[in-house]
Amino acid sequence: MKKEFNIRKFCVNYNVFIIFSVLFIACTLLSESFLLPINLFNIGLQQAAPIFVAIGVMFPIIMGGIDLSVGSVMALASSGVLAVMNKTDIGLGLGLALAVLIGLACGLLNGFLVAYCNMPGFVATLATLTTLKGFAYLITNGNTIKVTGNVLLDLCKRDYGYPTIIITAVVIVLFILMQHYTVFGRLILATGSNRTAVELAGIRVKRYILSAYVISGVMAALAGMWLAARTSTSNAVLGQGAELNAVAACVLGGTSLSGGRGSALKTFVGALCLAMIGNIMNLMGVGAYIQNIVQGIIIVFAVLMYGI
Amino acid sequence: MEAYKLEMKSISKSFGGVKALNDVSLRVKKGEIHALLGENGAGKSTLMKILSGAYQRDSGEILVDGQPAKINTPKDSKQNGIAVIYQELMLAADLTVAENIFIDDLAAGSVFINWKKLHSDTTRLLVSLGFGNISPTEKCGNLSVAHQQVVEICKNLSRDAKILVLDEPTSVLTFKEIEHLFEILKRLKANGISIIYISHRLEEIFKLCDTITVLKDGCYVDTVDVQDTTRQLLVNKMVGRELKDMFPARNAKIGEVLLRAEDLQAGRMVDHVSFEVHGGEVLGFSGLVGSGRTETMRAIIGVDKLEAGKVTYMGETVKFTHPEQAVKKKLGMLPEDRKVQGLLLEQPIRLNTTLAALSKVSDPTKTIIFHNKEKKLVAENLSRIQTKYNAAEDEVNSLSGGNQQKVVLARWIMADCKCIIFDEPTRGVDVGAKVEIYNVINALAEQGVAVIMISSEMPEIIGMCDRVVVMNKGRVTGELTKNELSEQSLIRLAMEV
Repeated sequence: MKKEFNIRKFCVNYNVFIIFSVLFIACTLLSESFLLPINLFNIGLQQAAPIFVAIGVMFPIIMGGIDLSVGSVMALASSGVLAVMNKTDIGLGLGLALAVLIGLACGLLNGFLVAYCNMPGFVATLATLTTLKGFAYLITNGNTIKVTGNVLLDLCKRDYGYPTIIITAVVIVLFILMQHYTVFGRLILATGSNRTAVELAGIRVKRYILSAYVISGVMAALAGMWLAARTSTSNAVLGQGAELNAVAACVLGGTSLSGGRGSALKTFVGALCLAMIGNIMNLMGVGAYIQNIVQGIIIVFAVLMYGI
Repeated sequence: MEAYKLEMKSISKSFGGVKALNDVSLRVKKGEIHALLGENGAGKSTLMKILSGAYQRDSGEILVDGQPAKINTPKDSKQNGIAVIYQELMLAADLTVAENIFIDDLAAGSVFINWKKLHSDTTRLLVSLGFGNISPTEKCGNLSVAHQQVVEICKNLSRDAKILVLDEPTSVLTFKEIEHLFEILKRLKANGISIIYISHRLEEIFKLCDTITVLKDGCYVDTVDVQDTTRQLLVNKMVGRELKDMFPARNAKIGEVLLRAEDLQAGRMVDHVSFEVHGGEVLGFSGLVGSGRTETMRAIIGVDKLEAGKVTYMGETVKFTHPEQAVKKKLGMLPEDRKVQGLLLEQPIRLNTTLAALSKVSDPTKTIIFHNKEKKLVAENLSRIQTKYNAAEDEVNSLSGGNQQKVVLARWIMADCKCIIFDEPTRGVDVGAKVEIYNVINALAEQGVAVIMISSEMPEIIGMCDRVVVMNKGRVTGELTKNELSEQSLIRLAMEV
């Protein structure tokens, strides 16, 4: 009896790792190309953006909210930076810094609306989704912006050791450490779990709610850059629908949509699971439409496993 | 031999090795009002949850009309004509009275709803209880709590309930409404319906009930007729111990004034409130629910806005606009509803314990948490107040009410508070844990901490406090010293009679 209980607990806690292992083995068996380094690097390059968005969005979700505006932030930040790059010759570093600033501003706006104007995250970020996308259209004039030269391509170049992948790995590790070892990470989780109790314990919860949306905004802005870097182009529809994929990764990783639970590591693994599903179907030549169907079905089953 | 409407024989139930009910029996006659009496944790709700099918009994038998009844699910219970009305009413606020009452079968077996019939059936039911003034088309959310209770009762009558269980129905009602409820119950009784009435309020039981069954610590104590007993006898049966054992002696030195409030005003509930509390003193706050006690304290620690008045704390004038400032100055408050305002239920015990004292388990800049130090401190603080738990990593939700409360207690002890406000510290806590919480409060007072204790339980106020401030409708109506304390004097001030 007691042992049975523990197995169940184990399954719920490590669900996403079990799914990951099963998918990984399945992928290896299904296609010989899956384990080729070039394929794995490709996954890494492709998935840097979704992983960033997923980990970012996880924080508003931990707060019991959501950030629907991430797709627009991706478009706005990347279009903005590319437009500036075309006019001036700011380098890659300054470009990324500018992206972070744009993400920060968007996150502050969302966080302010949610924490200090008491708006539900869904509503506030639905509004900013439209507004920010409008700004992205203004910047791009509805066209695709292209950066000439190799400035952005450097982010995905093998000669430089795939900077995107390295930055992504470092950021994931930092987030895991932040959640586990810092007061900030602890209080983000605590605030999402029971805001009233945390406030009564003498903690200014609004700051933490604001921070959650700021993290989401900055991560989305950087994700926009990863995406833009692969083709050196950006437009206003870049990142459209990214929020859905991100929420799927969070849910796969066991993040509770009612708040108070979520781990960067598990969300990362959740995003990897989605990536593998897409990748293996590409390798096997499954059409995009079928891919959507399969992906949805797998998410449903994965989440059902939590309920067993 | 008299026939019983309901018999529960030798019911036992354990939760993970803890016996919640041990060989408990209850017999209810047709058309009687039967009081189920006992302290928190005595097993009343567990017994009723078994009757309603929410829990399954480990052993024992349930007979309805002398026939063994198989009650394993809430549906079984309903089919046997049993209805339980909980404190939190199960009404849909946005539906009308008629819709709520007949929610099970709105169309009466047909496909379309016959609104005319539905409304006339509802009116008939309401009139039969003397509430023709409630409109069947009113939304339930717009009704007073008392009227909502009437709707809940009608809902169960419409389902042919013959045995009605009411769990502390009067705790949220005004005096007038209570009178009304009693009339309804007496009318139901005259119609042959058996009522099991759970309440802590002895005066109500004497006014309303025919028979009383007393439970204590999960065991059956006695069943008596109301005429054959007195309050004192009942209390003795319920508590089974002298009051002075409940409230351990305290050996604290009362020191300087630590917190002084003058002429506080906040919202509608705090109206020119003044009081002071000394180090080492336990100051009680008594009064009815909604008398403004909690609101006063919330305004002091900065949860709510303090509109006027002066607070002097440890010799300096303070005005807290956020609890953060209060906690920094070592002034903490244990909220009254620990599940909603106190605990992070799905988080580990460890996280819950250190929430207000993270600076103690982190580096000086309050950035990095030292897990080993945290685990050690948590274990120390929890064991010091005899908290029973398995592992500090378990969800706090897995603990019993008393131990959950101790986790909140440990949180404030860890925060090194100089003044702690306890709001209903023993609500929903079993008798044994109560005494342990009193011991903790005493220990704090002995260390020179100023303790403010808001409590609606008069024995607790009388047994624990050095001095008591009584409030009514947002104003302080009196202050009693230890010698002046009695239930009568407290009630007089609380109701201003």
